[in-house]
Amino acid sequence: MTEFASPTARVSTRPAASRRDIGIKRRYAAERRFRAFGFGAIAIGLFFLAVLLWSVVSKGYTAFQQTTITLPIEFSEKVIDPKNERATDPKQLFTANYPLLVREALVKQLGLDPAKRPLVKQATDMVSASARSQLRDIVVADPTVIGKTIPVTLLADANIDSAFKGQIDLTVDEARRKVKDEQVAWMNTLAEEGVLKKSFNTGIFTFGASSRPEAAGVGVALLGSLYMMLIVLVLSLPIGVAASIYLEEFAPKNRLTDLIEVNINNLAAVPSIVYGLLGLAVFINFWGMPRSAALVGAFVLTLMTLPTIIIATRAALKAVPPSIRSAALGLGASKMQTVFHHVLPLAMPGILTGTIIGLAHALGETAPLLLIGMVAFVVDFPGSPLEPSTALPVQIYMWANEAERAFVERTSGAIIILLIFLIFMNLGAILLRRRFERRW
Amino acid sequence: MSEAAVEKALDQKMNTVPFKMVGRDVSVYYGEKRALFDVNLDVRENTVTALIGPSGCGKSTFLRTLNRMNDTIENCRVTGKITLDEDDIYDLSIDVVELRARVGMVFQKPNPFPKSIYDNVSYGPRIHGLARTKAELDAVVETSLQKAGLWNEVKDRLHEPGTGLSGGQQQRLCIARAVAVSPEVILMDEPCSALDPIATAKVEELIHELRANFTIVIVTHSMQQAARVSQRTAMFHLGNLVEENDTDKMFTNPDDQRTQDYIMGRFG
Amino acid sequence: MSTSLLLLIIALIGFIAFLAGRSRSFARSGGKLSSLHSLPGYHGSYVAIWATLPALLLLAIWLITSPVYIDYTVRSSLPEPVQSQGAATLQLALGQVKSVAAGFERLNASEISAIENGSANMRETLASKGVALAGEGEPYMVKAAQQFNAMRQYSRWLMSVAVLLVSVAGAFYALRNIDVRFRARNRVERVMLGSLILASSIAILTTVGIVASMLSEAGRFFTMVSPMEFFFGTVWDPRFAAAGSGGASGQFGLLPLLAGTLYIAFVAMLFAVPIGLFAAIYMAEYASPRLRSIAKPLLEVLAGIPTIVYGFFALVTVGPFLRDISTQLNGVLTGNYQNFIQAQSVITAGIVMGIMLIPFVSSLSDDIITQVPRALRDGSLGLGATRSETVKKVILPAALPGIVGALLLTASRAVGETMIVVLAAGVAARMQFNPLEPMTTVTVKIVNQLTGDLEFTSPQTLVAFALGITLFVITLGLNIYALYIVRKYREQYE
Repeated sequence: MTEFASPTARVSTRPAASRRDIGIKRRYAAERRFRAFGFGAIAIGLFFLAVLLWSVVSKGYTAFQQTTITLPIEFSEKVIDPKNERATDPKQLFTANYPLLVREALVKQLGLDPAKRPLVKQATDMVSASARSQLRDIVVADPTVIGKTIPVTLLADANIDSAFKGQIDLTVDEARRKVKDEQVAWMNTLAEEGVLKKSFNTGIFTFGASSRPEAAGVGVALLGSLYMMLIVLVLSLPIGVAASIYLEEFAPKNRLTDLIEVNINNLAAVPSIVYGLLGLAVFINFWGMPRSAALVGAFVLTLMTLPTIIIATRAALKAVPPSIRSAALGLGASKMQTVFHHVLPLAMPGILTGTIIGLAHALGETAPLLLIGMVAFVVDFPGSPLEPSTALPVQIYMWANEAERAFVERTSGAIIILLIFLIFMNLGAILLRRRFERRW
Repeated sequence: MSEAAVEKALDQKMNTVPFKMVGRDVSVYYGEKRALFDVNLDVRENTVTALIGPSGCGKSTFLRTLNRMNDTIENCRVTGKITLDEDDIYDLSIDVVELRARVGMVFQKPNPFPKSIYDNVSYGPRIHGLARTKAELDAVVETSLQKAGLWNEVKDRLHEPGTGLSGGQQQRLCIARAVAVSPEVILMDEPCSALDPIATAKVEELIHELRANFTIVIVTHSMQQAARVSQRTAMFHLGNLVEENDTDKMFTNPDDQRTQDYIMGRFG
Repeated sequence: MSTSLLLLIIALIGFIAFLAGRSRSFARSGGKLSSLHSLPGYHGSYVAIWATLPALLLLAIWLITSPVYIDYTVRSSLPEPVQSQGAATLQLALGQVKSVAAGFERLNASEISAIENGSANMRETLASKGVALAGEGEPYMVKAAQQFNAMRQYSRWLMSVAVLLVSVAGAFYALRNIDVRFRARNRVERVMLGSLILASSIAILTTVGIVASMLSEAGRFFTMVSPMEFFFGTVWDPRFAAAGSGGASGQFGLLPLLAGTLYIAFVAMLFAVPIGLFAAIYMAEYASPRLRSIAKPLLEVLAGIPTIVYGFFALVTVGPFLRDISTQLNGVLTGNYQNFIQAQSVITAGIVMGIMLIPFVSSLSDDIITQVPRALRDGSLGLGATRSETVKKVILPAALPGIVGALLLTASRAVGETMIVVLAAGVAARMQFNPLEPMTTVTVKIVNQLTGDLEFTSPQTLVAFALGITLFVITLGLNIYALYIVRKYREQYE
């Protein structure tokens, strides 16, 4: 190459002026615009995600705190069992006038004049009406408390709860707000005395349905959702995997399997409410299964989740290279052995990922459950999947329809719980994929 | 000057032909991996330069640096200097779109757009605004197809999809598509590797004719093809430029031992 | 013997059969495992299958058919006057007999005889045991109930014996078959294949179930309301169409619901398609791998959020926001502080549904766009086209069929979406074209008609199935066409 010692001397030249005009400026402007649109679109999408999450979290994080009032309650025999009948008539303890106990304790605590009825009523309104059942449960569980004075932590009424959390605008005219000036004053005194305070709200996780926001929780709904998810998992994973193995590994390519294929893809896109109609007509109306039961809900969600799992499983099976199959077959393994010993284990991470994602969808699904009657006011924990129960998203729906502002807080709180579950499930799926991802 | 005269002149004064593109110390990295080591290679005007060498030797990589197609690959980095005429094509002031309008490219596998033959050929002139009227565009399409030797075969079905042509026709369509932009240089990346011998012969003939108007750089896997179509040949091995010489000399009396081995078929 | 105990025993027999089959094959081979055609485990499984599968099948058939047979026998044994009173009364009487029978199970012999000779009131005795009886029991019911209980007991006993016999017989039959050259593996695998086929038939059964159940219920609806009035009626007002009033005509008009459904879906698509498509293009063509690895999963989070959350978001955030902003806007422009956007409106539901659809559009389109072969991209760039020119003139046209398919799938989702519209669109079934007013959808009305107390004979309930089949047919059409297009598109580039 030494012969070209100074190549630049012999480089061809073409004056810049003779170059063609190919509209570079205009075209680059269009390019920048296009790019900006694309970036803007992603930004808008993420903006909405942020607004949605912020909206839920800002409204809901306070739901995890609850204002309580701890009062020394005197379980006086005079009030609970004036005629001393509890030994013969067990109903006596259930029907006693427990609110009176609360009223007396409050009057004492605040030093009120028991004769001023309106004032006393305002004071007792500060305590949740759920106090009745709370005290009743204490007495029924242990009748020996009668005659003793025990400090009991009672829930504050939802309005006091909101006021104490600073959610109520106290500058509004007193007549137009639910918390009266007197109550605010008492609230502050009680707070100073350490009687009234905010603490972590365990009730939202353990209570069942209630018409009073402070006593309402997602406990029953969580249990219902748990029942359903377990049944869905137990049913849909084996069925889905078996169906996929047949379709991917064994089925002959013919009209029928083509039809099944189209059918499964379509089922994955059928509106979820249609599954609700199916459940109502077949499981409840035709087979006579109980309404509102977690079992029926689980059946409906299983049918809904199956296509997702089948599609994910088939993709995972397809990703296992044919060389693995040939290797096993070449050693004299039967087709069934090849699939179960080699192909399936290799496809397992993909299958599990798909299953978790399907379950996450099922967990958040609402519409079909409304139709099979899971919109029920369930106070007690269901003992089995056959008893009436409700589900987390349905609970959210029911609370969303409540007018009281304290329910907005509860609803958002329940949504946060639901989203946390979903986040964990999806994180699990992502980790699984990362951990076991294999590139062939 | 008549074509024959040009050719004669070119052949006679091979060593005095000006350089169209000059590469100095060109290195290419894919992430951490270095694919090309300080290559110095000049491309002469109106000449067919063939790049040969065993697979994975960097010849296609070098070709793609000439119109910065490597820009489209993630983590690909090019160092050194490449000039087109006197412009450094990696200079910030140089626009890649303009560069590619001057240095066109034909790919290994024919890749016609899923559009009509006419739209395929007119695509370049349209985006670059090279034709002002429909008549002008028609003319560009016709001459380009003629230059690519495809006109007679497709003139009656210009509006049928380009994907319906045979492989060889598709590749010539891609050449016509490149020619329609009137580039100064045409890069060809193994243009015949997906074609049968008859189609290959046609494309080779076409390359020979195009040489009068364009500077051509061709990557080829076949030594015979390099010998048939090129005037200059560059031999790559393991990312290094081993030898660059007149094709005749290269195939009869190469300077480098490795070139000799490769041409004799000792490795590759 | 209770069913669960029976199941447990069958499982136990199956396990023993497995061990027996394994050891027998082992014994037959004389210790030389290689002489066996199938591994001992397969022989064991073969025997276990014979021990359990036929028995379980018999059990299932018995459990399904025996109540039918017992009901039939008891019903025909009821006294003549009851028999002649028509099917409804007969059914009622049978129900009462069954509750008496259930009550008897809890009584001891002396209490039963007291009822039999009339010395104790049946209703009170049963009530004290926690069995509530609707109405006074008739004397004949005592006999019928006793017959019912006796038959049930006999049937249970017979079933237990039969099932266990079949189980043991199956095991012995299979054990006899075991031999060195016996192809146990092939038999076992055939059963496995059968169960695989059974599992995949569930997909078909689901569709059949959907179509059959909805067709039959909707068919009953159409005997009460003519299809013409349903499909072409413009008024939706089911409340006043009480059964028997004869004035049901025109009250179940589908059109206002369909109009609302399509309108809201249209607004949602109008919102989601440009954003989703541009986002997909940016992700596929421009974004650095880093940005892509962050933004893509984040956008997909939107798809993972349950729709009830979007509904709540529309109800408490977007709806009030639009209402308030319209109040302010109106006040600033005209001085009249009156909102012109309702909190529940087409636009509220449309926008929120649009947000939900963005990730669907973007991830489906992203998949489609990245499937366009690199060669086409290079071809265009190699000619000196800019990125955006390549996208607009080569990639999008090439990807167009796939994108159309993706958009149809998205539209199908928009049409079938329920929770957002239930909370955000309103319940008023109106034909109007102002997006700022509430409208309602097919899905909202399905939910409305089916929550609360249901009576499966009234058109108010059954109309939900007619709406359901309409919805199913619309989405089915969209899905199948979309899946067909996308599949063709995939094949083209494979």
